[in-house]
Amino acid sequence: MQAALVQFKPRKGDVAANLAAIGDVFAQLAPTDTELIVFPEAALTGYFLEGAVYELAFDAATVAQRIDAQWRATGATRAVDVVAGFYENADGTFHNSAIDVRCGEPGGPRIVHVHRKMFLPTYGVFDEERFLTRGRRLSTFETPFGRTAILICEDAWHAIMPTVAALKGARLLIVPSASPGRGLGGDGELESNTRWKAILSSAASEHGVYVLYAGLTGFEGGKGMSGGTSAFSPRGELLQSAPPLDACILRVRLDPDEVDLARATIPLLGDLSAVLPDLWFDPDIPVAHRVEERT
Amino acid sequence: MIALPIIEQVVNEPSLRIDPALTARWLEAFLRDEMLERRGLGRAVIGLSGGIDSALVAYLCARALGPKNVYAIRMPYKSSSASSLSDAQRVVDALGINCETIEITGAVDGYLAHAPDADARRKGNVMARMRMVVLFDQSARYNALPVGTGNKTERLMGYFTWHADDTPPVNPIGDLFKTQVWELARHLGVPVEIIDKPPSADLEANQTDESDLGVTYAHADRILNLILLGYKDEAIVLRGFEPAEVKLVRRRVDGTHWKRHLPTTALVSGTAINEFYLRPVDY
Repeated sequence: MQAALVQFKPRKGDVAANLAAIGDVFAQLAPTDTELIVFPEAALTGYFLEGAVYELAFDAATVAQRIDAQWRATGATRAVDVVAGFYENADGTFHNSAIDVRCGEPGGPRIVHVHRKMFLPTYGVFDEERFLTRGRRLSTFETPFGRTAILICEDAWHAIMPTVAALKGARLLIVPSASPGRGLGGDGELESNTRWKAILSSAASEHGVYVLYAGLTGFEGGKGMSGGTSAFSPRGELLQSAPPLDACILRVRLDPDEVDLARATIPLLGDLSAVLPDLWFDPDIPVAHRVEERT
Repeated sequence: MIALPIIEQVVNEPSLRIDPALTARWLEAFLRDEMLERRGLGRAVIGLSGGIDSALVAYLCARALGPKNVYAIRMPYKSSSASSLSDAQRVVDALGINCETIEITGAVDGYLAHAPDADARRKGNVMARMRMVVLFDQSARYNALPVGTGNKTERLMGYFTWHADDTPPVNPIGDLFKTQVWELARHLGVPVEIIDKPPSADLEANQTDESDLGVTYAHADRILNLILLGYKDEAIVLRGFEPAEVKLVRRRVDGTHWKRHLPTTALVSGTAINEFYLRPVDY
């Protein structure tokens, strides 16, 4: 399956312009064999909105319709899965979400999945939980590639998230992100991007999953979104990556056999499935007490 | 008994090293995005003092926007050193940017005639604020944006005139320590005469930053970095500094938090600006 990861540079708060830019990307990709297109976190608006998030949040159905309209405007006669980050207004509860919408189907857009970011960074330069409510569930869903999960930005920094996704059957992790670049001491690479690549490669190789990361780019009030769009094989190899500062499209080919082979060669996920009950229900782990209290 | 070699841990210190090529690319992209794309202003006005900070900013702006879009303004006062003017000229000649000299003596002395008791500190502040009056007016003349030249060290030490040096709406080097400014300036080819001379605000004769501050930049930057990362004084001293210089630097940081903020406004409502009503600067 051919996927495209879009390193995207939105105009702050200008949803119409950003949808049009998404349409431009569609026009480029519609004639290709791309079956999955991934945009970063907060692609419709830019990332740092503070209180303006309440002016620029939409329900998932509206976002699905608008993205689908852009796809149809290319004249494409085939369907495609599009993943894009947006601020979601769910009946007055606001989330940092990413949608997987199946565009171009005869009956109109189909919402395949909406993931609501669970780990909302609220420290240092980040202030998400001041304005947003966190998601409560990590689910997997079917894409043209197979079982898939979405992790938004900090979701992927917690090793347990790719673990849970893989245990729930995910063979592909999609990570839309908006990461303000920092640390200029690396050799040619931002230190924050070096850390990202280590985290993503580790998640891919530990669980035998493809990992597709799409990052915002462009400066938002002095904070430079660090791009770093990249793809990792189920063995953790970097398949392709983008430079930090330019909008661009990465195209990568995903092969389901690679997932099977990686898992057969190093069966860490199978081992984990076997051992997990001992770990999970260890009474010394605080979460086990909480589980008992709930039952 | 065989004695095994014991390998002791070396006391670590977070590095201030920068990759200058990456840093230059990052800051040039910052200037293009914040000036051209966000504000639609592709011209920069820079107060070119002859010192390293404004020289570096001129180099970054010339690379980001093109030399023809950079307007350097030299603003000497009658007591300014002649070498400040000639060092600024080296930058202009090397880059091929526009340059104009606007004396501030008449304007400054016009006010100071009403303030005969003004000491050197007050006079320095008047000069710094007058230079901002000129820069903002020149930016209106050229349909340009004033670009700031304050570095992180002086911002943290409070070593600047409030609502003067810190006023321009964009600043590419405000998160670079002075020693990082030197490193980047070397990489970009800023004339060595400017890099090697002792930094000075040039508000008084024979003034240097390091004598004003009471600590070298080489030490101040490392101490500041450790303070910002949350290290306590004892942990900083352990890394090879005198307790007195650590105290001095911390006192300067702690005594100047107000200089890094907008004016304090009395909050009386649930819609107070920047307290409850929160919108990002680029919204």
